[in-house]
Amino acid sequence: MTHAVLERPDLKSLFNILQKAGYTTIAPTVRDNVITYENVTDQSELPIGMTDDQKNGSYRLKKRKDKSVFGFVVGPQSWKKFLYPARLKLWEAHRNGKSFSIAKPENEEKKLAFIGVRPCEMSAISIQDKVFLKSTFVDSAYSSRREQLFTVIVNCTEPGGTCFCTSMDTGPRAKKDYDLALTEVVKKDQHYFLVEIGSDQGKEIANKLPLKEASEEQVSEADKRLNEAARKMGKALKTDGVKDLLYENAENPHWEKVAERCMTCANCTMVCPTCFCSTMEDSTDLSGEIAERWRTWDSCFTMDFSYVHGGSIRNSSSARYRQWLTHKLGSWQDQFGTSGCVGCGRCITWCPVGIDITEEIKTLQECDSRKSKSN
Amino acid sequence: MNTDPMVPDLFRVQKVRKETLDTFTLELSPKQKKFRFEPGQFNMLYVSGAGEIPISISGNPNQPESLIHTTRAVGSVTNAMRKLKAGDYLGVRGPFGTKWPVDKAMGDDVVIITGGIGLAPLRPAVYDILAKRGRYGNVVLLYGARTPEDILYPKEIMGWRSRFDMDVHVTVDRAAGSWHSNVGVVTKLIPKAPFDPQNTTAFICGPEVMIRFTTQELKKRGLSDDKIYVSMERNMKCAIGFCGHCQLGPYFVCKDGPVFRYDEIKRLLEIREV
Ligand SMILES: Cc1cc2nc3c(=O)[nH]c(=O)nc-3n(C[C@H](O)[C@H](O)[C@H](O)COP(=O)(O)OP(=O)(O)OC[C@H]3O[C@@H](n4cnc5c(N)ncnc54)[C@H](O)[C@@H]3O)c2cc1C
Ligand code: SF4
Ligand code: SF4
Ligand code: FES
Repeated sequence: MTHAVLERPDLKSLFNILQKAGYTTIAPTVRDNVITYENVTDQSELPIGMTDDQKNGSYRLKKRKDKSVFGFVVGPQSWKKFLYPARLKLWEAHRNGKSFSIAKPENEEKKLAFIGVRPCEMSAISIQDKVFLKSTFVDSAYSSRREQLFTVIVNCTEPGGTCFCTSMDTGPRAKKDYDLALTEVVKKDQHYFLVEIGSDQGKEIANKLPLKEASEEQVSEADKRLNEAARKMGKALKTDGVKDLLYENAENPHWEKVAERCMTCANCTMVCPTCFCSTMEDSTDLSGEIAERWRTWDSCFTMDFSYVHGGSIRNSSSARYRQWLTHKLGSWQDQFGTSGCVGCGRCITWCPVGIDITEEIKTLQECDSRKSKSN
Repeated sequence: MNTDPMVPDLFRVQKVRKETLDTFTLELSPKQKKFRFEPGQFNMLYVSGAGEIPISISGNPNQPESLIHTTRAVGSVTNAMRKLKAGDYLGVRGPFGTKWPVDKAMGDDVVIITGGIGLAPLRPAVYDILAKRGRYGNVVLLYGARTPEDILYPKEIMGWRSRFDMDVHVTVDRAAGSWHSNVGVVTKLIPKAPFDPQNTTAFICGPEVMIRFTTQELKKRGLSDDKIYVSMERNMKCAIGFCGHCQLGPYFVCKDGPVFRYDEIKRLLEIREV
């Protein structure tokens, strides 16, 4: 069998087989009018027949005309919250006399299977792998979760209004790093998932699924839809020379103009699947006997972020927006050999004032201060 | 030793020494007998219940039996640290970061320029250079303090000054009548300092404005940017490249720094609020 299909009614078995293999299955589901990723035990909890209408600063769930299972793109939360939790206890100290002893909590040993990872999100996970596993130090909490992870991709046949994965070379079809990849095809008389195997453990699970040999027509239909999707991106970003553009335009007056709109609310960093900044919280119980240290997500948009005695380094909102964008698309490349943006569009959709990363880059490209210098 | 770089080891406070009105030195004894480090590196110090902050190691790298930190009390954690007494315990993670290029500087004159608490991170470099004194040309220390009372390690500075093989010049911003030495900013000492600009390595530690003026003066003397090293300060929460707080352009000051070769960060220091 070169290509295989999973018929729509058999989607149920994907959950069952993964659960039997010891995985906790996490998948998209509707909560509070958005699609989020939660512990989903049965396919019936998926957002069947739903879609999301996304624009700058706006997200709306709608009913679809068909019964697509994955007929939406990405919600405000990414898989990041499972691999890199928003709050994590680093250690606990117990006082004994003048001294104290410090102990680390046991790492949670749950095996997770993510079902419905979008190609851009798989790239985001690979980017966080570079941050937490492949730089100078290893984050043990991340690695214990990541090592046991099973990923089922769902390729995108209908990009959303703020998507630009084609520009970032991360989608709409996943190329690597996954275990299994599905492409959903819904037609009048057919509803199936074309299945691709990405790893040995993917193959092991696939062997247990009730797969059928795919017909040539079924394969080409999926291909056709993915090729069309690549042409239907909501947004585009020209990445050529973008790092130098940002470095050379650090003093461009345009940053002030963005700052007039940006509320430094940090939404963009919270929804971004690659943003990795964190801070520490210390707490003590009333008796002073037990102290704890927690790591929590943080954002370069806060004033405290760059605080050193005497004041913050990045006082103005223009400096903070510039830091975010320059890091995402510029310095990330120097630090980790990859862009920090995968083109998922979340920061555009969830910005309360609709600031658009693709538009800001376009404007900078237009008012590049190097052009005016050479004139 | 802990295997997780985020979990501190406990160190006992052996001695507390008051240095100036707001600055104190803690002598800590490592459980493992020795704490090896390179001059310029720092530790994350955790004070129970108060928090954790980066503090440079200010002791002698050739005497790793005790770990020395000199801290200026400026805020919540440093003030809690000031209240520690002998016998108390402190959490320590480290050592982290890059070092002063004491090896690369061999054969050169070395000029060390610093102010206030900035002498603490440079003291290990002074110790190391003096321990291998024969391998360097002139060794010059230019040090500035706010007032004569704010001079850090005054006895040690006197000792260095009395050596024939080291030039030490101290200046203060303002002084009462009994001060008979230099008054003014530390950069004023640069034009007359005895070093050969063609064969000199400079180490600078101080606030960013001080770094800016110091590098300008060194440039006037003819020192090239790649012979100047500076120690940078940024907010730090993890010290291992994860929390993102210490970013300076493409660098993580905690692991790519704190000591940088000036030509690597020159571009960044020219940008506002970077
Ligand atoms: C690599 C490095 C080495 C240092 N070495 C020394 C040293 O040897 N001696 C010394 O006295 N000081 C040193 N500092 C500065 C010292 O870390 C700050 O003075 C200290 O963090 C202030 O903490 P606080 O809670 O008392 O101050 P607050 O003003 O209450 O600050 C609140 C919090 O902001 C952060 N913060 C504030 N100022 C700084 C700062 N300058 N750098 C980093 N984070 C800061 C800390 O997380 C701090 O807890 C060093 C800083 C760095 C980055
Ligand atoms: S920067 Fe915006 S579009 Fe890019 S990955 Fe982050 S949230 Fe998605
Ligand atoms: S760009 Fe938008 S989402 Fe990001 S901090 Fe500014 S206002 Fe908030
Ligand atoms: S201090 Fe956390 S990344 Fe440098």
